[in-house]
Amino acid sequence: MTDVFVHPGLLFILGALPIPFLKGAIRNAYLLLIPVLAILAVLTLQPGTYGAASFAGQDILFAKVDKLSIVFATVFTLMALIGMVYALHVTAAGQHVAAFVYVGSALGVVFAGDYLTLYLFWEAMAFASAYLVFAQGGEQAIRAGFRYLMVHITGGLALFGGIVLHGLATGSLLFGPIEGGPIGGGPIEGGMSLGAYLIMAGFLLNAAVPPLNAWLTDAYPEATVTGAVFMSAFTTKTAVYVLARAFPGTELLVVLGTVMALYGVVYAVLENDCRRLLAYHIVSQVGYMVAGVGIGTELAVNGATSHAFAHILYKALLFMGAGAVIYVTGRRKLTELGGLYKTMPWTVALYMVGALAISAFPFFSGFVTKSMVVAAAGQDHRAIVMLALTMASSGTFLHTGLKLPYYMFFGTDRKLPAREPPRNMLVAMAMAAVLCIAIGVFPGPLYALLPYPVAFEPYTGQHVTESLGILMFTALGFVLFLKALDPENTISLDTDWFYRKGARAFMWLAERPLARYEQAVSSVSEAVVLPFLHGAARLGLRFDLGGVDAVVNGVARSVLRGGGALRRLQTGVVTHYALAMIAGVVAAVVVFAVAWR
Amino acid sequence: MIRHIVDFFGDEAHARLRRRLFYLVLVLVVAADFVVPREHAEYLWERLPGWSAAYGFGSCVLLIFVSKFLGHQGGLMRREDYYD
Repeated sequence: MTDVFVHPGLLFILGALPIPFLKGAIRNAYLLLIPVLAILAVLTLQPGTYGAASFAGQDILFAKVDKLSIVFATVFTLMALIGMVYALHVTAAGQHVAAFVYVGSALGVVFAGDYLTLYLFWEAMAFASAYLVFAQGGEQAIRAGFRYLMVHITGGLALFGGIVLHGLATGSLLFGPIEGGPIGGGPIEGGMSLGAYLIMAGFLLNAAVPPLNAWLTDAYPEATVTGAVFMSAFTTKTAVYVLARAFPGTELLVVLGTVMALYGVVYAVLENDCRRLLAYHIVSQVGYMVAGVGIGTELAVNGATSHAFAHILYKALLFMGAGAVIYVTGRRKLTELGGLYKTMPWTVALYMVGALAISAFPFFSGFVTKSMVVAAAGQDHRAIVMLALTMASSGTFLHTGLKLPYYMFFGTDRKLPAREPPRNMLVAMAMAAVLCIAIGVFPGPLYALLPYPVAFEPYTGQHVTESLGILMFTALGFVLFLKALDPENTISLDTDWFYRKGARAFMWLAERPLARYEQAVSSVSEAVVLPFLHGAARLGLRFDLGGVDAVVNGVARSVLRGGGALRRLQTGVVTHYALAMIAGVVAAVVVFAVAWR
Repeated sequence: MIRHIVDFFGDEAHARLRRRLFYLVLVLVVAADFVVPREHAEYLWERLPGWSAAYGFGSCVLLIFVSKFLGHQGGLMRREDYYD
C-alpha cells in the first residue's frame, strides 16, 4: 500500500488533547474541524491492512479496512459531527474530550484487526462514555455512572478471558469470523470453544442483549443532555459490528435478537422517563440487528448493517429532541411534561422526523433498512421471527411515534415556560433529520456501501401498503386505548435489580456477620494477646524514648503536611477522577500507537 | 409553515377535521391493500388483503395490555423510591 493511511480513530483521540487549551470560537471551529477531517479520512480509506506488528509473540494488526468497517466508520464519523454541533454550547472541556475519546475508541474497535487492539479500544470506550454520565453531576447520575462502569468492566473481563482462551486454543489473536462458528471454517462438530462463548458474552453485554441490557437503560437517561446523544450511537453499534464480524449465522443470536426486539417494546409501555423510554427502544432496535447477524445470510447481514447506519441517525435525533426538552424545561418525566408544541414547534417537527424514521414509514430511513432484516427472516423461512419483528415495529411506532410525542409535546398543557433550544441544537437535529429523509428517499448510496451486493427493492406496492396498514392501525389502537397508556409515576424493575439489591445484600453481609466476626476476633486478641503485647511494649518504650522518637516526630510532621495536601486532593469531585482515567486511556493509546510504529 | 402543521396536530380547534382525515387514511390504506399486486407472497397471511391492518391493531392492543399486566400484576412497576 502506497496510500497514506490516517486512522480516523487516532484523529479523534489525539485531537482531544488540545481541546482544554482552546477557547471560544476557535475551540468551536476546532471541535467541528476534527470530525470533518475524520469524515474525509474515511471517504479516502482504501481496503487493506495497516500497522501489522508483533507484540509479545502475537501478531497485531492495528487496522484492517474492508467494506463492513467502512460502513460503520462512515456513520460514526457523520454522527460525531452531528453530535459535536449539538454540543457546541457546552463550555466544559471535559465533556468534549470524553466525547472525542469515546468516538475515537469506537472507530478503533471498528478498524481493529486483532483482539488486543480491539480490547484496548473497547475498554477506552467504557471509561470515556462513563465520564459522560459522571459529568451530569448529582448523586443519582454518579451512582448510575459507577454501576455503568462496574458492568462494563465485568463485561470487559469476560471478553479478555475469552480472548486469552481463544488465543491459546487457536494460536492467533487476529480478529475475524470465530473458529467453530457457522462460517469460521473450524471444526463444526466441536462447536464454539469456551473462549468463543466468553468473547460473545462480552460482545452481547455491549449490545445490551437481555438479561445483560440493564446498564443501558439505567445509565443513558442519567447522562448529560449532549452526552446521551453520543452514547445512544456508539456502544451498542460497535457491538453489532463485532458480532457481525465474528459471529454471523449463529443461531443463538436469532433467538436473542427476536426476544430483545419485543423486550424493549414491553418495557417502553411502562416507562415514564422520556429518555429511558427511548433507551428501551435502542434495546428493541438493536434486537433487529442482532437477529439479522444471527440469520447470517447476505441479505440479513446487509440488513443489520444498514439498519445500524439508519438507527444511529434517527436514534440520535430522538435523543436530541428529548434532550432539548430536558434542556429547556429541566423535566424528564412524561407525567410532568405536556403542551410544549406551542413553544417548541421546530423541536416537535424534527423529533417527529426521527419518530417516523424509527417507525419505518415509507420515505424515511427505517423503511429501507428494517424491512431488509424482516425480509431476510422471511426468505430464511423463519415465520415466527418475521411476525415477532413486525409486532415489535408496531410497538416502536406506538411509543416513539405516538406515546412519547403525545405526552411530551401535546396532551395536558402543563403551562411550562419553554422556548426553542439553542440554535446549534436545532441545526444538529436538522442535519440528522435531513439524512433520515435522504436515506429513505434515495437508499441507493447507502445500499452501495453495504458489505454484500444488494438486490432488494423496498418500494413495492405490497410492502408500502403492508407497512402503512401496520402503522396506521397501531395508531388506531393508540387512539382507542389512550387512557390505558397514561404514564404512571413509577420505575420499572429490570435485571439491574440483581446487582442493585445484590450490592445491598453484600453490604449487609459486610456490616453484620463480617463485622461481628471481626469483633469476636478482636475481643479474643484483647483477652489473650494484649497482656503479652503490653510486656513487649514496655520493653520497646525504653528503646523508643531514646533514639527513635526524634526521627518519628520529624517524619510525622511531614506526613501531616502531606496528609493535608492529600485530603484536599481527595475532596475533588468524582468527575476529576474520571477525567484522570480518561487521561490515562489517552496516554495508553498514545504509547500503544508509538510502540506500534 | 412548520408552526401551522404542528398546530394542526395540537390545537383543539382542528380535532374534528383531524379525526375525519385519520379515518379516511385508515379506509384508504385498507382499500389500497386490496388492489395492490402481490408478486411474491410466501406465507399464507401475505395473500390476505387487510391482514397487516388487523395484525398492526392486534399487536398494538396486545402490547399495551400484556405490558401493563406485567407491570401491575407482575410487579415490574415500583414506586420511584424503590432503590433508595
